[in-house]
Amino acid sequence: MRDVTRRLFLRGGLAAACSAAAHPLLTTMTFAQGAAQLGENRLIVVILRGAMDGLDAVQPVGDPLFARLRPKLGSGAGVLPLDGLFGLHPAMAGLLPLWSAGELAFVHATSTPYRDKRSHFDGQDILEAGTGLDVPVPEVRDGWLNRMLQAVPGLSAETAYAVGREALPLLAGAAEVRRWTPEVTLTLSAQSRLLLEQVYHDDALFRDAGGAAMDLAAELGGGGMGADMQTPGRYADTEMLARFAADRLRGETRIAAFSLSGWDTHRRQGTALPQQLQGLERLILTLRAQMGSTWDRTMLLAMTEFGRTVAENGSDGTDHGTGGAMLMAGGALKGGRIYGRWPGLAEEALYERRDLMPTSDVRGWAAWAMRGLYGLDRRVLEQAVFPGLDMGDDPGFLR
Amino acid sequence: MSEADDIAAFRYGYGLPLPEGAPRGAAELLNALAGPDTGQALFPAPATPELLALHETAVKARADVRKGTATRKEFRKHLKRVEREAEAFSRRTFARALASPDGFRERLAWFWADHFTTVARLREHVVLTGDLAERAVRPHLAGRFTDMLLAADLHPAMLLYLDQSSSIGPGSAFGQRKGRGLNENLAREAIELHTLGVGAGYAQDDVRQLAELLTGLGFKPGAGLVFYPRRAEPGAEEVLGQSYDGEGMAPVRRVLEDLAHHPETARHLSRKLATHFLTDTPDPDLIERMAAAYLAHDTALLPVYEVMLSDPSAFAAPRQKARQPVEFIIGSLRALEVTPEQVMTMPAKRFADLLIAPMRLMGQEWGRPIGPDGWAEEAAVWITPQGLGARIAWAMDTPDRLGRAEGADPRGFVLRALGSLAPEMLRIAVARSESTRDGLGLVLASPEFNRR
Repeated sequence: MRDVTRRLFLRGGLAAACSAAAHPLLTTMTFAQGAAQLGENRLIVVILRGAMDGLDAVQPVGDPLFARLRPKLGSGAGVLPLDGLFGLHPAMAGLLPLWSAGELAFVHATSTPYRDKRSHFDGQDILEAGTGLDVPVPEVRDGWLNRMLQAVPGLSAETAYAVGREALPLLAGAAEVRRWTPEVTLTLSAQSRLLLEQVYHDDALFRDAGGAAMDLAAELGGGGMGADMQTPGRYADTEMLARFAADRLRGETRIAAFSLSGWDTHRRQGTALPQQLQGLERLILTLRAQMGSTWDRTMLLAMTEFGRTVAENGSDGTDHGTGGAMLMAGGALKGGRIYGRWPGLAEEALYERRDLMPTSDVRGWAAWAMRGLYGLDRRVLEQAVFPGLDMGDDPGFLR
Repeated sequence: MSEADDIAAFRYGYGLPLPEGAPRGAAELLNALAGPDTGQALFPAPATPELLALHETAVKARADVRKGTATRKEFRKHLKRVEREAEAFSRRTFARALASPDGFRERLAWFWADHFTTVARLREHVVLTGDLAERAVRPHLAGRFTDMLLAADLHPAMLLYLDQSSSIGPGSAFGQRKGRGLNENLAREAIELHTLGVGAGYAQDDVRQLAELLTGLGFKPGAGLVFYPRRAEPGAEEVLGQSYDGEGMAPVRRVLEDLAHHPETARHLSRKLATHFLTDTPDPDLIERMAAAYLAHDTALLPVYEVMLSDPSAFAAPRQKARQPVEFIIGSLRALEVTPEQVMTMPAKRFADLLIAPMRLMGQEWGRPIGPDGWAEEAAVWITPQGLGARIAWAMDTPDRLGRAEGADPRGFVLRALGSLAPEMLRIAVARSESTRDGLGLVLASPEFNRR
């Protein structure tokens, strides 16, 4: 991960041209205003692993082709109207109040630059590395969110949290970040803790890491998570992650990242996807409830590696596609609308006649979010954080 | 046992107590390495053709699903067989490490497999990544690096992971007809990770020329490595000032042989070895001596290990490195006297829940390093709040779940697990712990158990 700047530097052709320019920026560039801190705004990034079907989450029910392409999944039953064209999947009904309050929006027909092979691993690698196709997939070892932190000097490790048990390449890199999963359940008696502290006392590395681990575990195991914490089966994990993150975000933490898995709905999508969407809804509602007034200064982006086929397949599901949807939420958002240019579902408008045609780059939305929240210089975003990205015009989705 | 022997058990093996017949001291360690591969003989893996065939059936089933001539259910059946075989590779890693007296070989097998990291891009690739470690790395880890490099970089798992199988000479017949071109991935990593090392004296053009030279290499399911002359870029290529020309595989082999013999490669590999086994900041003079042995012996690795093990620091305190999670878990099993047979036969869910899944929380998801540069070396990368927290949690809970806590005496356990490396402070703390569970956990969670 440390090697990434050198690796970018070594690369030839087009990539080297922009990366070589990016290289010094990573060490010298700071905020437009030169601020050494991120201010009060919060950014939460959720990676939806497995490729969320954007066309089912936010359905183009106003397009007559939709029902024809999706005779089973696109019946429109129970869909909650959002605007003239789109409706929200009923599994996310709990988010409607946010839509009305302008705290929820979607981007439709968006994707990373990844095309054609439709592999989850490669797709997620590209999504989290934030690179274009000019960079071989396994080559970049740090994530775009970490590179954003690298551009801001003087941040403490507490600034950013990778939350959850899974590796999160999005936040991997040279900038120090914290990672923790509430799944590390340390049930230590007072005596055991005392003995561990003695055993760790003379080894600074173990003393610091062990102390932090025991503090976090005690906080989570004790009153911090509250007696009101329900653990209703399926979503208990998600809720636990959300509560933990909210707790950090109310404090020093400005950036948090999660991943939610299980979006690969090749079969029986009608059963599988609602559960996923409810999990996402629970995550957002828990964050909102637990963050209190901090939510007003928060922007959440939920993004996935690619969309799914426009037509449903033979096993009541959908296969790997291209253009998809991104969810945005938070009090900092100008929501209640669908962003992005809708390409339509006509066969000639599809990507390779099978997938929703991407009309925007996921990275562009993330870049404008960071510019809006933290005042990051456009050059830093286009060259260091997302090498080679053209951010285009400000889509103006922040309040 | 002397303190030097105890340190060696951690530094060059999987900890204490040593299996019967384990070598002691540099000369015996090297002798064992020069002998037969005991770990592999104890727990043999399926032959390559068997694994290629298994992979091929899954590839075909995946294609059939796409064509609509097979159901996803059939595909999943094939994937299950692949995954069972992959799990067997994992179990063998544990069992060999526990059983073999030749612990240094097992540690070297991990080290070199990590040097040639491959990750399964598609689930069915996982049997191929296992085969790379088994057939390209293990046979050569006491032989010549040149042979390991040739075997690893031309192995199907590598060709797939680093996209070589889709790199086409833009001037080749195939490339012209299909409008396809180069993928530099393997060429770059062959130079940057596998041989010279990042920062060595090479330019982007060397990478590009090597990529052109490597065109023609392909992978065919069921068959393995295939050379497709019609995909090979015509003409000679120049890599690091040397011109390579000729038909078929010959120039590919020549360039890899030359890269293996490069002085920068000697330094890079020596630095990696010393960093992995001794310290995150190895002595530059030692690196030079190891590199000189490598070059003087036609890239043979035993002489390199010999120089490393002859260094005054090789068997001495302090132990500055952190054991990786996989070593921590295997080392714990050994200290708890879990037998290799138990690991081989425990139910799949138990194996996954108790031994494999916890490594993810510790920062080392089994088989899934983030990039081709493999796992990190620095102690501070592993001993983080979450990483250490997960080790403590595992240490406190798992001995009991493995049935090893009942009747155990933590005061004896601390000596068995650490020998002369158990500090007085730890022995006192263990004696003061409230329960057997906490006492065993304290030992496994201690810095002395987690450093090497």
